Amino acid sequence: MINNFMENVSEENSTITKQEATPKVKAGKNNYISVKDYNFWYGKAKVLHDLNLEMPKKQATALIGPSGCGKSTLLRNFNRMNDLVTEAHHTGDITIGGHSIYDPMIEVISLRKRIGMVFQKSNPFPKSIYENVVYSLRVAGKNRKSTLDEVAEKSLQAAALWDEVKDRLGESAFSLSGGQMQRLCIARAIANEPEVILMDEPCSALDPIATAKVEELINELKRKYTIVIVTHNMQQAARVSDKTAFFFLGKLIEYNDTKEIFLNPQIEQTEAYVSGRFG
Amino acid sequence: MKDLAQQKQVRVKGEIAVWFSSLGLSLGLVMIVALLGVIAYNGLSVFWPKEVVQLKFNTDVVTGLGSRSEVAGIITSEQTKSLDKSLSNPKDPVEELQLFLGNKDQFGFSYKYFDRSSILEISKPKDIVILERAEYGDAIVYPVYLSFVNGEKIEASNPNFNESLKALIEECHDRREMIRYLEFKEIGAINKALENLRLEKLKIDRKSSPSEADIQDLNRIENERARNESLFTTLAAQARGLRDFQESSKLGYQLASGEQVEQSIGSIYSFYYPNQLGFFGKVGIFLKHSLGFLIEEPREANTEGGVFPAIFGTFVMTLLMSVAVTPFGVIAAIYLKEYAKDGLFVRSVRIAINNLAGVPSIVFGVFGLGFFVYFVGGTLDQLFFSLRLPTPTFGTGGIIWASLTLALMTVPVVIVAAEEALASVSRGIRESSLACGASKWQTIQRIVLPASAPGILTGMILAMARGAGEVAPLMLVGVVKIAPSLPIDAQFPFVHFERKFMHLGFHIYDLGFQSPDSEAAMPMVFATTLLLILLIVRLNLVAIMIRNRLKRKYKTSTF
Repeated sequence: MINNFMENVSEENSTITKQEATPKVKAGKNNYISVKDYNFWYGKAKVLHDLNLEMPKKQATALIGPSGCGKSTLLRNFNRMNDLVTEAHHTGDITIGGHSIYDPMIEVISLRKRIGMVFQKSNPFPKSIYENVVYSLRVAGKNRKSTLDEVAEKSLQAAALWDEVKDRLGESAFSLSGGQMQRLCIARAIANEPEVILMDEPCSALDPIATAKVEELINELKRKYTIVIVTHNMQQAARVSDKTAFFFLGKLIEYNDTKEIFLNPQIEQTEAYVSGRFG
Repeated sequence: MKDLAQQKQVRVKGEIAVWFSSLGLSLGLVMIVALLGVIAYNGLSVFWPKEVVQLKFNTDVVTGLGSRSEVAGIITSEQTKSLDKSLSNPKDPVEELQLFLGNKDQFGFSYKYFDRSSILEISKPKDIVILERAEYGDAIVYPVYLSFVNGEKIEASNPNFNESLKALIEECHDRREMIRYLEFKEIGAINKALENLRLEKLKIDRKSSPSEADIQDLNRIENERARNESLFTTLAAQARGLRDFQESSKLGYQLASGEQVEQSIGSIYSFYYPNQLGFFGKVGIFLKHSLGFLIEEPREANTEGGVFPAIFGTFVMTLLMSVAVTPFGVIAAIYLKEYAKDGLFVRSVRIAINNLAGVPSIVFGVFGLGFFVYFVGGTLDQLFFSLRLPTPTFGTGGIIWASLTLALMTVPVVIVAAEEALASVSRGIRESSLACGASKWQTIQRIVLPASAPGILTGMILAMARGAGEVAPLMLVGVVKIAPSLPIDAQFPFVHFERKFMHLGFHIYDLGFQSPDSEAAMPMVFATTLLLILLIVRLNLVAIMIRNRLKRKYKTSTF
């Protein structure tokens, strides 16, 4: 049954691609991240097919789609995390703030310093709360106590965690609850004042209350940062994002304002997915 | 219904497996407890004071003691000897008693078997004394008199006798310490100075054309040498005087078999009345003996006295080995796990490491001798100690070479454990670190290594446990029966890693196989084994405590 359906979908999909090519969003001057004719392979398996999209500055873009559709892969390519995978290769280009991330002149470390990342599973370092937050500064060689203190307080406040932990900064990060840990990871990601924050299903391991807090936080953060968030939760995408991209089988099916995607999807597959009929 | 029956069957099958596994576990536990029990019992009973019995023999029976008709000693074992039935005149089995007689200077042996049938009477005399002596082991005697330096004498019946004897022994003990100080510290320092002067002179002598300054130097050296030598003569005379003084006061005693003996107090360490001791008295003697075993140096070809140098040697060697093996193993593991690309080369390295763990330890000993001692040590001697040649400094067995040899032997253990520990650090946490802009090395150094420290320490504990008990390779690379000095002492430069050392494991071997008096050495074998086990347990406990502290610190996240 499902296989049949998938086949149908992919056939439809290919016809659509032929008809409309990839949906293109006009490059506005507000656009910050742009993906151009991007293909990506893990070894021989092609995971991303000919992507083209532009993400606006200081807004949240949600990447949605069923498991295995390549949205996480794309997210992990923004800070070149997939470099770690042997035999991963690509064609096309991704630029952030006008600079190609594959520019041989740019070191991958300096790229990652400009991009914060929050993972699905909160994974604080085996260090104190304080050291977790200032980690990105420490590895950059900034060790001045006053700077670090200032950054720790600012980041924890921005991550809405300061009031809960200000009296126990020296304690192990593992003494925090799951939701607090995830907010700590967000604080860690923004400590270095990045330009972009990547979030890979940041709430999938959290209970509804912790999720609400993190979502509130995302809404808060996007005033300052460009956010790309991968999520399986349609409501979450609707609540926190300004733009939404729907992926299926490594292809970008539809990309538009979130409101449009949810209320007025142009493509049948998108409608089927966002209304919960498949996926 | 059918489902239920099936379920039941499955459960029953499982239960058998559980029983089997628990049986295996309990068998293992029983074996461990039995092992420790046997060693602890035999080891500790060495120090427990036992009562002395006096035997009276039938005069017409051959006892092997000549004309002596009475003898005193400690019963060490009883056995039934069945005689060969094929003899023309078969006898009934004979019951025998083994006695520790002491007084080796008089009898020439200290253990002897006696037929029970030849014994007329067994008594426990109250006033018999055990003397612990510097030579010939214990003596079991009746004290008769004390003679002082000034010719004064007091009889054993005098109420002050015990006090006086104790005071004299203490006096002699203090003097013995002084002699030791003079001979080891002062004379040792002078010897070292003389050796240095000799080397300096040699250095100048080897020059083809000595300069003016050299000749002045030679004069200075000659003066220094003369000064040191006169100092040496004075000190040696002083020591000799003290030694003579040790002989001045004497204890006269009589053996149970009647011999009269006079012995200088200087060779007596302590005395006690074994048949007058209450429980607490025995505990006191037990503690004294145990402590002496721990802190004293061995005497009498290692069968008497303590094993302190061996404990210290084992400890220092194990520590040095751990210090050498851990960084080495961890660095290798980091390269293998984090950097090396999987391929034929890495796979063959892994196979080699695993095979290395199975190589017999003596092979490492031979390698250590050839590589560390002869090659590395020989080269060091050529480069830095050429003046002392042909006397080797590093080119002979020493604690540093022994430690390195064992480190090499245990490095596979550490590599395997460290690799596993590194692999157990989650990918998520590494990626988080990289995403924070850390380089790969920073991630390893700041995140991966601390998080895997408990696992790495486990590897170190395993390595220590294997290395500390190893004897065979050590015999080739620096362990000795008696080491004149410890590898760490007060003499500059304080640590002497080139020195030979004593080791508990080798000590056990030496006592068991190379001792002149196997009967006397056997209890010491158990006592030393117990000590070796305790030392290894102790070292491991410390390492485990450190590991647990680290584990608490780096406890991994749970949801």
